Amino acid sequence: MNNFSYTQASTAKEATGILKDKPAAAYIAGGTTLLDLMKAHLQEHPQLVDINMLPFKGIEQTADGLRIGAMERMSDVGENALVLQQFSAVSESLLLAASPQLRNMASIGGNILQRTRCGYFRDAAFPCNKRVPGSGCPALTGDNHNLAILGTSEACIATAYPGDLSVALAAFDAVLTLENQKGKQRRVPVTDFYLLPGKTPHRETVLEPGELIVAVTIPTAAHTRRSTYLKVRERSSYAYALASAAVGLDVQAGTIRSARVALGGVGSKPWRSPEAEKVLTGAPATEATFRAAAAAALRGAQPRDDNRFKIELAQNTLVQALLKVAG
Amino acid sequence: MPHDFTPDPAAQPPGSAPNDGSRRTFMKQAGGILGLALAPPLISQAERLTAFSKTVAGVAAMQLKVNGTVRTIQAEPRVTLLDALRENLDLTGTKKGCDHGQCGACTVLVDGRRVNSCLTLAVMNQNKEITTIEGLGQGEELHPMQQAFLKHDGFQCGYCTPGQIMSGVACVQEGHAKTDDQAREWMSGNLCRCGAYPNIVAAVREVAQRK
Repeated sequence: MNNFSYTQASTAKEATGILKDKPAAAYIAGGTTLLDLMKAHLQEHPQLVDINMLPFKGIEQTADGLRIGAMERMSDVGENALVLQQFSAVSESLLLAASPQLRNMASIGGNILQRTRCGYFRDAAFPCNKRVPGSGCPALTGDNHNLAILGTSEACIATAYPGDLSVALAAFDAVLTLENQKGKQRRVPVTDFYLLPGKTPHRETVLEPGELIVAVTIPTAAHTRRSTYLKVRERSSYAYALASAAVGLDVQAGTIRSARVALGGVGSKPWRSPEAEKVLTGAPATEATFRAAAAAALRGAQPRDDNRFKIELAQNTLVQALLKVAG
Repeated sequence: MPHDFTPDPAAQPPGSAPNDGSRRTFMKQAGGILGLALAPPLISQAERLTAFSKTVAGVAAMQLKVNGTVRTIQAEPRVTLLDALRENLDLTGTKKGCDHGQCGACTVLVDGRRVNSCLTLAVMNQNKEITTIEGLGQGEELHPMQQAFLKHDGFQCGYCTPGQIMSGVACVQEGHAKTDDQAREWMSGNLCRCGAYPNIVAAVREVAQRK
């Protein structure tokens, strides 16, 4: 790691003020992503601002839904009684991610901002349009077995968010509260928070320089009562998803009243599928319907040499998840 | 076959010469003697441990409370908790495996929760209770998890063992070792290249069932 100075901020104003003066500085919460990247010299910062003292804490019921502070840890949210009761998919997405040690450390805000596991991004010996805009993308013709098949571009085919939580958040219409350097807060749906790579894969989210994630709010709805997160990996635990599905169904008398579907591991961002939801809504809750929804979700897929298998894998993952909640 | 290597405390009076001449035995005894000699002033130091400066740049004094004792180190802010334990405090029981949070060899407890000490900064862990493998036993008496690892032969080369034991202690404490499958899932952040997994699960489960 490069050397840096360290400052513990007590307030959001103090934290954002430091980044205003020194835009190359970075916030640190759990540190599990940041220090990992800094050790590999993929990110270098002259100053780290510790935001763990900021009051972005608590898991509480509000008029808009369940509000989770950005400084809460993955383990605490995953095992929280309110989260378990109302959003089992969110709990599962957290507890199937990383390891118990990392979940004790990583904050919710940091999880949402974790960066891609693309091997070319993570090896400074290679060009990468995310790291060095315009330098090229070796993944297009290289080892791309665990890269994206939906929402990709000729500049980048990474699963820019490789994790699990934001897949569940995207499915259930979660909204992020952000705070900028002027102390002004704004609300952004998770589905709008991540950007598609297009020609600018180095721009990954709509977060402005120095802006902080304060909280995430998940609205309760009929389709969140029965929800699940299914994750398929190369080993049974402690691995990123090859494909995953967050689903919620409201089924009445065998008919699907409302549905939510998002896929992980296959999109260049957490992949909400309005196409699948359209097939499901109003249809009978049968395997045939689920197969049709899965086909619709993957219709636009653009696989490369090594990740063609993900089309069928993601479809089967989605069908299994839907069968589980419909059961 | 599982076998019991638990040393008989009566066979070796405290403070006697290391009978196997091993570095480990020597370190353990030296640590004990040093701990006794330094105990009174450090207790008063513990009481003084309150605020620390908000900005740290370059080599600076940091206070870490490790295994109940507050110690001051001189280190840069970029020093991880793992490196501070090993290089500044000579607590080399905590191992550096991957240094990227992937193997779990560096697992320690911070305020009772298991963490990867390679992915957190020493400067961020002031004012916290840090427990390493050296602080688990009571003097010559091994922690039940250490005894269970000996009994079930939960290791081969031993490099991942301190991390496995620290993680196992937390796993049982959390209530995540109620079945073999649950123990496997909740111990998955600790890799063992020798593949001692069945014996590690047996050790963790035995301690969980005793509770």
